[in-house]
Amino acid sequence: MGTFHSDKGDLHGITVVVDTSGKQVFIGRCEEVTPVAVILNDAESHEEGSEGKSKDDFIRRAAQIGIWPKLARVAVPRGEVASIRRLGEIPLG
Amino acid sequence: MPYPEELVKPMREELTGIGVKELKDAAEVDAFLGVKSGTALVVVNSVCGCAAGAARPGVALALKHASKPDRVATVFAGQDTEAVAKARGYFADFPPSSPSLALFKDGQVVHFVPRHAIEGKTPQQVAAELSAAFDKHCGKAATG
Repeated sequence: MGTFHSDKGDLHGITVVVDTSGKQVFIGRCEEVTPVAVILNDAESHEEGSEGKSKDDFIRRAAQIGIWPKLARVAVPRGEVASIRRLGEIPLG
Repeated sequence: MPYPEELVKPMREELTGIGVKELKDAAEVDAFLGVKSGTALVVVNSVCGCAAGAARPGVALALKHASKPDRVATVFAGQDTEAVAKARGYFADFPPSSPSLALFKDGQVVHFVPRHAIEGKTPQQVAAELSAAFDKHCGKAATG
């Protein structure tokens, strides 16, 4: 059974980790990567050190069970993006 | 907003056609998951081609494995919202995602496969992970 998604790039519909050069990291379902922003749907964000957890702690936990979506839609400015990775490719543990 | 039923029907039938019981409302979910003995797999189906396109045939392949759950059921995210909400209540420690797969043993979730663990996988890869979980938690049984 095929997809209903239009051609918005390889990451469209994929759950990705968007790390920034600052304190924030975002995880959500990629809508589109544009020259201006990475647009995520149903995303959760975490700030380094918040609730005693590092960004890596947050990413590892998400890789195990997923995320609790708190942001219906978020645009992360491309200038702040340090990396984009598929959550499914983050090693568990 | 739900997709037109005629569009979704083949996706339902991909699972019901192999003997997976479809749960359409909260009462059906409670009747299925209220049984606390034995093993049960719940497939949260979805229209999403990124992941559900591999999840459904992956489940079908896994159910041909020697070890399998005693009972298998499915709810359809975005379509049968009452049933999905009720089912998710039984694995509330895990964030909602669809498609996803929850394996129960004696009423407890013993293995959960969230959407992101299915994205980009082939049906064979999904089946391999599921079969490994079946080997660990289930005996040999018929589906239904």
